[in-house]
Amino acid sequence: MRNKRLFSQIAAASAVALILAGCSSSSHNASKTTLPKVDMMKSLGTGEGQVNIVAWAGYVENGSNDPKVNWVRDFEKATGCKVNVKTGSTSDDMVALMKTGEYDVVSASGDASLRLIYGGDVAPVNTALVPNYANIFAGLKNQPWNSVDGVAYGIPHGRGANLLAYRTDIVKPAPTSWGAVFDPNSPYKGKITAYDSPIYIADAALYLMKTQPDLGIKYPYALDQKQFDAAVALLKVQKPLIGEYWSDALKHIASLKSGGTVLGTTWQYNINASKADHVPVEGFKPVEGSTGWSDTWMVSSKAKHPNCAYLWMDHIVSPKANAAVAEWFGEAPSNAKACDLTSDKNFCTTYHAADEAYWKDVYYWNTATQACLDGRTDVKCVPYSEWVKAWSSLRNA
Amino acid sequence: MKRSIATWMHKRPQVRLAALLAAPTLWLVVAYLGALGALLVTAFFTIDSFTGNVIAKFNLGNFHDMLTDPAYRNVVLRTLGIAISVTLICAIFAIPMAFFMAKIAKPKNQKILVALVLTPLWASYLVKIYAWRTMLEPRTGVMDWILGPIGIHSPGFGGPAIIIGLSYLWLPYMILPIYAGLERLPNSLLDASGDLGARNFYTFRRVILPLIFPSLVAGSMFTFSLTLGDYITAQIIGGKLQMLGNVVYQNFSINLPFAATIATIPVAIMAIYLWLVRRTGALASL
Amino acid sequence: MSLMGIGLAFIYVPLSVVVINSFNSSRTFSWPPSRFTTEWWGKAISNTGVRKALSWSLAAGLSATFIALLLGTSLAFAVSRYNFFGKDIISLLVVLPISLPGVVTGIALSNAFNQQIGLSTGLLTIVIGHATFCIVVVYNNALARLRRMGTSLQEASMDLGANGITTFRLITLPNLASALFAGGLLAFGLSFDEIVVTTFTAGPGIQTLPIWIYNNLFRPSQAPIVNVVAATLVVVSVIPIYLSQRLSQDSTSGGRF
Repeated sequence: MRNKRLFSQIAAASAVALILAGCSSSSHNASKTTLPKVDMMKSLGTGEGQVNIVAWAGYVENGSNDPKVNWVRDFEKATGCKVNVKTGSTSDDMVALMKTGEYDVVSASGDASLRLIYGGDVAPVNTALVPNYANIFAGLKNQPWNSVDGVAYGIPHGRGANLLAYRTDIVKPAPTSWGAVFDPNSPYKGKITAYDSPIYIADAALYLMKTQPDLGIKYPYALDQKQFDAAVALLKVQKPLIGEYWSDALKHIASLKSGGTVLGTTWQYNINASKADHVPVEGFKPVEGSTGWSDTWMVSSKAKHPNCAYLWMDHIVSPKANAAVAEWFGEAPSNAKACDLTSDKNFCTTYHAADEAYWKDVYYWNTATQACLDGRTDVKCVPYSEWVKAWSSLRNA
Repeated sequence: MKRSIATWMHKRPQVRLAALLAAPTLWLVVAYLGALGALLVTAFFTIDSFTGNVIAKFNLGNFHDMLTDPAYRNVVLRTLGIAISVTLICAIFAIPMAFFMAKIAKPKNQKILVALVLTPLWASYLVKIYAWRTMLEPRTGVMDWILGPIGIHSPGFGGPAIIIGLSYLWLPYMILPIYAGLERLPNSLLDASGDLGARNFYTFRRVILPLIFPSLVAGSMFTFSLTLGDYITAQIIGGKLQMLGNVVYQNFSINLPFAATIATIPVAIMAIYLWLVRRTGALASL
Repeated sequence: MSLMGIGLAFIYVPLSVVVINSFNSSRTFSWPPSRFTTEWWGKAISNTGVRKALSWSLAAGLSATFIALLLGTSLAFAVSRYNFFGKDIISLLVVLPISLPGVVTGIALSNAFNQQIGLSTGLLTIVIGHATFCIVVVYNNALARLRRMGTSLQEASMDLGANGITTFRLITLPNLASALFAGGLLAFGLSFDEIVVTTFTAGPGIQTLPIWIYNNLFRPSQAPIVNVVAATLVVVSVIPIYLSQRLSQDSTSGGRF
């Protein structure tokens, strides 16, 4: 009897919850699929006294983490724009924050920038108002993740390639191809690592693009169903070889040091940190090329402090600030003149900052959408949300 | 004036009851159930494949995907197995420890022991799990360093590591309620059982266990549900393994409806668990 | 005795690893430490980010505890002193936030704040999230005490002419105080080390201590400082635990769940 009473109570409560839910969920926006028309800034006025920034950890340092690491102070002094920064933990956080309209500038990665552009959340950038734009490497300008139809939507910040790391004392002979991490008979089975994110599917697609031309993959972020299935199948073959997947650099570096991982995808920063710790490790870009990332500073379409926002975008890619960020974060700077100002004189060489040929076969992270990013119109491509599902499924199969 | 309100209130228990209930009920129903309900409704929605915006149109596609892909059955079973193991390990450690603390240690030492058990709760969750990474690192870890010479080696990163790590994290949540339950038992009860000739194990099984069962269940609510929703431990010491929480977390940012669909599984499991717990009568003593 | 020893060893060996690693010269905590250094302690002291995070954590924890004390206590009074329709479900509802996995609570609240009501995430949303699962610990402590107290003392007080408020102030509250303290402390502790719900409800600008640790642990240049912070927390935690032991003399072990 007691149970019966509880049932009626549960029923009543659920009804309330569902009504509440029903009322509120009707407010979802209809989706936009065409490019929204947003005006570009025509001329620069005086600063508004402050600027609200959404950025990755390490991009806007004001000395609170390390008193010596501070490129906000100079900016505030020079422009009178006080910097308020919000650190985004994921690309989706950043998209959500930009949608609130409370922020003026964002450091968007390739898996966020297109969503912001098509969502009408960011405005085209008048690059004439950003003097330092002139010195930015040509290979970063007007790319698929930071421009649409030749119109720039942002200022490139820096870049990095996803390299193949191996322990020089264990892995012999030295690998030359990504094939090393996909070889089912690898002698290093159980000690291979891969990046723990759906975006890693692009790494498999890149390998297939170069080794199985029949599949017709032209761009690792534009995969039709057949190409996508082939990439996922390759990752299924790879899975028994993997000891650990990594997503945080600390775990990855510790694992390289202990020898738990001897081969697999990495970042230049991790290689440098490992070498500094006297770990016999090397990282390089294999013959197939590699995936990579390039972040973009974008200005909100609803910016309340657009002048300070433009001033910030110019400051952060100025040679001095750009060099400081690049060294602190561990990436190649985007400004050619930054290379003269790094504290480590070999920094730009290590990170291939000025070596345009090096970046030719680096495919920067991008958000896969149903409309194929390689321009094909006869097929539908697999959107990124399906990449995520496939990754979950793969990791738990 | 104050007095007259008090008297007025005293004469009207209904009003007092309403005053007491209004705020907490409103909070739990609106802030919590409302949010939970909205999430469950979202499970039936889908997303725009281009912008990733949620489209509020009813469909069962997510449930179809979840139920037809064996990967999700695997991760549910794996997570359940881990949650049950963690709960059992915590119970096996916690019962004798709580018993010692409540019944064997001198009263003066009791407080110190409670403090010793509580201390790790204040060291950050993440730091403790990273400490376990240092502990369990194969060959070069602390465990192989200490126990290697006597032939015990680290299990490496994977399922066993997750179970060890989570048992470590949640152990105090199991010890405390059992300790509290034991503390309330009169010593005379145990003595009586002993006087009547019962051996220690018999006394434990027939006298103590039934009496602390509600506390044990209360503790298991924590160990079980905390394990069911964890995703960080698996990331750090789980090797290749993922848990349910990882799947929810992964999909949350890009495909909320699917994450919500997956989230219905732990909700259903906990609903069943609560239902069973309630039948034992333990909830009342929780 | 020996089991207790093994149990304590299980608890304290990893904690000592944390303390030792805060002096380990390796940035990735490699074992055994080849060299010891006090560099990280020096860096941690000059780190203003961690102090800011600590103050956010204290603010969130204290606010959530305050709300939980108010709501949990009044609910405990209602349930212990009255009979009403929905009593069963209320006692089930209050347990729900702590018994459903944090990741579910987290995404449910995040979805509600961001998509449904458009409340921008910040300290307020963290406090709402934390208070929701903290209510239950205050509620349980208060309810247990109220049941043990019975109503005879209050009735005696009323019979002697005291009104409801006076009785509450002079009789009920003092008897309840230690249970509330224990519950409040536990609620604060839960909030202070909470990371999953916080991840989803914190605006990215607000870093509570666990979020700060999460962000810094994954950057090798900062990771060793995190060990210093954790080691310090363990040492400082002795204070609240000592206080709870002193103040909850007759109550159980820092609280019942």
